[in-house]
Amino acid sequence: MTAVRVLVGTHKGAFVLTSDGKREHWEINGPYFGGWDVYHVTGSPADPDRLYASQSTGWFGQLIQRSDDGGRSWQPVGNEFAYDGEAGTHLWYDGTPRPWTFTRVWHLEPSPADPDTVYAGAEDAALFRSADGGKTWQELPGLRGHETAPSWAPGAGGMCLHTIVLDPANPGRMFAAISAAGVFRSDDGGTTWRPANRGLRSEGIPDPDAEVGHCVHRIAMHPSRPDVLFMQKHWDVMRSDDAGESWQEVSGDLPTDFGFPVAVHSREPETVYVVPITSDSLHYPPDGRLRVYRSRTGGHEWEPLTSGLPQSNCYVNVLRDAMATDSLDECGVYFGTTGGQVYASADAGDHWETIAANLPAVLSVEAQTLP
Amino acid sequence: MTGDSTVTGDSTVTGDRAASGASAIIRVVLPAHLRTLAETGSEVELTVTGQATQRLVLDALEARYPVLRGTIRDHATGRRRAFIRFYACEQDLSNELPDSPLPGAVASGAEPFLIVGAMAGG
Repeated sequence: MTAVRVLVGTHKGAFVLTSDGKREHWEINGPYFGGWDVYHVTGSPADPDRLYASQSTGWFGQLIQRSDDGGRSWQPVGNEFAYDGEAGTHLWYDGTPRPWTFTRVWHLEPSPADPDTVYAGAEDAALFRSADGGKTWQELPGLRGHETAPSWAPGAGGMCLHTIVLDPANPGRMFAAISAAGVFRSDDGGTTWRPANRGLRSEGIPDPDAEVGHCVHRIAMHPSRPDVLFMQKHWDVMRSDDAGESWQEVSGDLPTDFGFPVAVHSREPETVYVVPITSDSLHYPPDGRLRVYRSRTGGHEWEPLTSGLPQSNCYVNVLRDAMATDSLDECGVYFGTTGGQVYASADAGDHWETIAANLPAVLSVEAQTLP
Repeated sequence: MTGDSTVTGDSTVTGDRAASGASAIIRVVLPAHLRTLAETGSEVELTVTGQATQRLVLDALEARYPVLRGTIRDHATGRRRAFIRFYACEQDLSNELPDSPLPGAVASGAEPFLIVGAMAGG
């Protein structure tokens, strides 16, 4: 019997929501790691019972937790994220150089093929890799060693490497996105990197079309078309048809093109979801109406999806890692809010149900489709 | 709970026990989140050989509970994390040098060494 497992990271712990393939009734388990920030929980595509979670607080630092039984039990694994060699400096908010300092792991990206191989995106921005199920971590220093790195500066949330996209068709190709440096691409398994920001335009930086310095919030890829990428930038929804060599704006008729997450339908590579947010200074939906926007044309033309979502007095945000899709025949879409709600649609966004109503602020949502 | 970890460190302070390399039982109180991680009660007892110092006590604690590595002292610098405090005998020892001797009442086991999460946050 097909089932779906939704992994939710929150400001005060992790939760695992499960349902059968109908996605009508949900069982909530948790909190796991209660009281801790869980920036991300995700599963291995190669072994869905292998989960990884990033657990941290300002008091006690970073832990990585691993489950080998689909989240029923967890074991802390390695938590030493040491920058390779001399750490060097990046720019701080006031424009002065600041030594690279590890704060937390924002995002974990397991290998599509090997449950023991997982990548971690860190603040201050760096990419780490474990090949032993999270026991030990090694930096891939070529990214932070890029010649532009001393000029990178943090966004409001810190200088985080928040998105890692692995190309399933080209094992050496991967993308990393950093706030506020932008997108970088590697074609050699993470050894060397180059900026992939041509076409981005950001009014908030001195040179609007600079090679680096863009506040990219999230990028998404459909595995069947790895050369097509979608991006939610600080402002602007963007699309690349050449694996990040160039980007074109596809914000089209969105009510606002500010936002955080972007997700792709699991079976329709041209169907894309975003959650428009009022502005960079008003991090809540326009008019107090929580609306997911869906494009079935790969951008430009967007339709609001509102059925089952609050359409008055709603002032929550949806963070960059807090939206996901399952891979059932009728695509399920899931997202969580800073108000602690998790919404699910079993019909590609046409109708939504509240599957958790009163969790802590949601930081991340992932969906696993189980056989 | 009786600990069985022994960490031998260089003593920087002379004393009968330090000079003889004798062991002492040090009581350590952990904050709630670290108790959960270590799967232990609020107070643990650790065996430290030589003059009891903050460094030796934390080394012994981490040797016995490896999951606590990095949660009290930063991995990269080895220093106390910013929101961790060390108290004992109604004194704030947070900024004492790691190799300074702990108060006699802690070294004798009469008083616990308190590891505290600073009051902050929401």
